[in-house]
Order: sequence, then C-alpha cells, then structure tokens
Amino acid sequence: MRFMMLMIPKGYESAKPGTMPDPEAVAAMMKYNEDLQKAGVLLALDGLHPPSMGARVSFAGGKPKVTDGPFAEAKEVLGGYWMIQVKSREEAIEWAKRCPGSENEVIEIRQVQEMSDFDEKILPPKVRASAQAIGDRLARKSKKR
Amino acid sequence: MPSATHSAIEAVWRIESAKIVAGLARMTRDVGLAEELAQEALVAALEKWPESGVPDNPGAWLMAAAKNRALDHFRHSKLIAAKHEEIGRESEEGFTPNFDANLEDDIGDDLLRLIFTACHPVLSTEARAALTLRLLCGLTTDEIARAFLVPEPTVAQRIVRAKRTLAEARVLFEVPRGEELGARLASVLEVIYLVFNEGYSATAGEDWTRPALCEDALRLSRILAELAPQEPEVLGLVALMEIQASRLHARTGPSGEPILLMDQDRSRWDHLLVRRGLSALERAEKLGGALGPYALQAAIAACHARARTLAETDWKRIVALYDALAQLMPSPVVELNRAVAVAMAYGPEEGLALVDAIASEPALRGYHLLPSVRGDFLEKLGRLDEARGEFERAASLTRNTREIRLLLERAAGLHPGLRVVK
Repeated sequence: MRFMMLMIPKGYESAKPGTMPDPEAVAAMMKYNEDLQKAGVLLALDGLHPPSMGARVSFAGGKPKVTDGPFAEAKEVLGGYWMIQVKSREEAIEWAKRCPGSENEVIEIRQVQEMSDFDEKILPPKVRASAQAIGDRLARKSKKR
Repeated sequence: MPSATHSAIEAVWRIESAKIVAGLARMTRDVGLAEELAQEALVAALEKWPESGVPDNPGAWLMAAAKNRALDHFRHSKLIAAKHEEIGRESEEGFTPNFDANLEDDIGDDLLRLIFTACHPVLSTEARAALTLRLLCGLTTDEIARAFLVPEPTVAQRIVRAKRTLAEARVLFEVPRGEELGARLASVLEVIYLVFNEGYSATAGEDWTRPALCEDALRLSRILAELAPQEPEVLGLVALMEIQASRLHARTGPSGEPILLMDQDRSRWDHLLVRRGLSALERAEKLGGALGPYALQAAIAACHARARTLAETDWKRIVALYDALAQLMPSPVVELNRAVAVAMAYGPEEGLALVDAIASEPALRGYHLLPSVRGDFLEKLGRLDEARGEFERAASLTRNTREIRLLLERAAGLHPGLRVVK
C-alpha cells in the first residue's frame, strides 16, 4: 500500500518568496531520502516553494476565484511530500518517525487511494471510458504535432 | 499484549530484519545461525517493548540484542569445544567471529552478500525463493506458505534444508567476483522475478494475482539496484517489474476475473510506476545493457506502456525486440510471444504459421497459453469451431480457477457462423 508523508512546516504559511531551508537541514533530509531509497520504499518526493509564490483558486458560488499567496487564513501549509510503498500503516509511521524533522515540523501520514477503492458507484464505467477517450485524443494531438 | 505495539514491532522488523541478519551473518559466517539469533532478538523485543515502549532507535536495540546472543552462543560453543578438546579446529578453518567491526559501516555490503548467499545456485529454485523471502523480505514461514500455496511445514522444512545445504557446501558469505559474478547475479535476478511472477499471475489457486508478493519482489529489486547501481540487468529487471506492476489493477475485473493486456483499460494503469519503469530502462540502456535479457523484456513492456491505445502499439518494434530476445535466449515461450506480436503486426495467418511450427515442442506440452493463443488466431480467422476446441483445451491445462472460467467463457461465446465483432 502507498502512503503520502506530508511535511507541514509551521511558519511556512508566511515565508517570503524564495525561502529555502538551511543547508544543514537539507543535508540531513538528503540522507533520510537516501535511506528511504535504499530501503526500496520511496516512489516519489518533492519539495514545494512557499505559498507566497503560489495562488489559490476557490469555487464559492460555483465560479473560480483566484487569490495570490500568501494566504492570510492558512494556518498549516505543505512544504513537500514523500510517496512511499510499504506493508502497513505502522510501517509508514515508523518511517515518518525516522525523519530528521525540526521543532516546527509535523508529518501527516495519509494512505493513497487505489483505483480499486473506487467502486462502480463513484466511478461508473462510462466515466472511466470518457477519461480514456480524453487521454486518447490528447495522444493523437501530440502525435500530429 | 497491546496489539498497537505488536504492529509497531512488525513494522520495525520489516525494515530492520534483513540488515540484522546480514550483519550477524558477517559476524558468525553462518546464515542459518544469524537468522536464529535475529529471531531471538525479535522474541526479546516482543517480550520487552509492550511494557517499556518501542525504543528510540529500534534497529540498534535489535542489533545489540542479537549481538549479545551471538556472543553468548560463541562462549557456549567454545566451552563445549574445549570440553571436546577441539578448540584448534575453528582457527584451522581460518575463522574467528568478528564482533568488533562496526556493523553499521558496511551494512550495504552485508546485505548484498546476504542476497547472493540466499540465492546461491547450490540451492533449488524453491529453496532460494523461500530463503530470500524469509531472510531479505522478513516474511514469516506462514506468509511464505500462503504465498506459494504450500503447507507451512513444507516451507519450514525447505528453509531448514536450505540452511543446512549452505553450511554443508561451505558457501562463503561474500559477493562473487570476476567471471562468477554474472552467473550468480543471474541466479539472484531469477529468484526475484520468480517471486514477482508468482504474485503477478498465480500458477494456482483462487486469486489471479497476489499483489503483496509483487510488492515484496519490487522492493527487493529496488534495494538491489541501490546496492549494485552499475549492473544494467538489475535495472532491466526493475524496469520490467515496475512496468508490469503498473498494470496490476487493470489485470483484474470487478469479480476477480483476469483481463489480458490487449483488453485492459489503459486509464487504470499506474503511470507513476510506468514512469519509474521507463526511467530504470533508460539507465540500463545508458549502462550499455540494452540487449540484456531483462532489459529486452522491459523494452517490450515499455512499448505497450508508451501506447495510449492498443492501436498505437508499435508491434513491428515489438517483433524486432522478440527477435533479439529469441537469439539471446531461444525458448518456445519466447517464440510463442513473438508469434502474438507477429500476428498483430502482420496478421493472424502469419502468427498461426509460427505457432504451428512450435506446437510440437516438448517444452510447450501442457502449456495452456499455446492453445489459448492458437484459439485467438483461429477466432480472428473466423475458424470458430477449431478456436472453441483450443480454448477448451487451454482451460483443461491451467490450474488457476479464474483463468479456467475466462477460457471457458471465450469458448462458449463462439458459435459457428456467428462472427463476434469487437
């Protein structure tokens, strides 16, 4: 099963554009990433720029509305994620415990939904088929180019 | 015992057990003994941790516990040896246990040694697979038994015998070098792929796939790729399994029935795994390994992975890759797969001619995919009576109940004069 380990650094919600973690923390984190990789559990990972460089699109009233970051109302924001493949929720927790996190950091562990979690009611064959059709059209377009 | 602690111990064991066994094996030069000592450490953890809580560094705790037991063991056996006045024997063999080495230092090397030892060609394939799952994936005997659908005592005995064989053959705990390396590595890759395949298309039983086994094999192959990053065939195998695993969810229908590659809903393929597979293949090719047997199979799988629809599949390239594979490892099964690709690229008559040419191969006798493929070609050629006979024959040759059902349904769907247009 797959889990996302979501890194939530307190204070990142108000970090200035271009804020990067300090080199020491980066080195420790690289070592941790390497351990995950060597153990064969790491599928993907990414770090995210601060919200001050991002934007939010909300849909109040059914219309998209864009707000540029930073977001005054946000108390917790993501700093990055790891996607891991492990045997159990406990193993995901065990890996998270080994992260060299600092005082202000929290890791939230969430299981990734698999296709098989979606039964026919949520994703009927028709929807699945149309998703496939969109993919096909895109493929044809990119081929023509 | 609180079950939360128990699950936490299981999780720690999953992460640490191979490293502990590997470290102890270097110390004791005896894989069987190393595993027993590691098990004793696990038992100690199961006794202590529910009360004391899981320690901050559980891996180090387990290693220390196992190391203490190793010391006890050698003190004890030294005493016995002294009694029997055989004390000189061990030094004659040039071995004294090495307790002082820092086990964390070379844990990667130890793991690699452990993989090569568990997959040593002196052992039967079944024994290698069981020992590998036990020592490197941390599976219990019961889990291995369920994976291979054999009784638990059979697996237990297989493991005991394998350990004995390794000891009797005086298999050294080392990474083979020079000329030996190629053959020994092939033996390792064979075991990993066997485990993967047992999960990917179970040879027997009610379930068509057992994804947990695929995940165990993939995890081990990814570990191996980190330990031996310059070996293109390791990357080739990783690529092959990542791409095949990307189709796991698409291979099974809502009621558990198998769905073959050409009928799969490609939107259900796991594109993260596809990307990982393609990138591993690219690394294998950059290392000059494009023509290795696993890299070639991965390249074929990659052709399917890149095609967003069945119609976009580059069948001519697949035929060419099968040509190369057939030269490298001539086998009737490769020929059969090649025939399928030829039929797709150049029409069912061409495919049928190739299948008929290999139909009498002794290696294919009893192989259900031969009549199944032949039936498919005959169906496409409109020879429905013959096709039905082939599907029925195929059904009688497989032991997987899901597959039997699929084949019999195909046979039942064919009526003379009624061409099923898909």
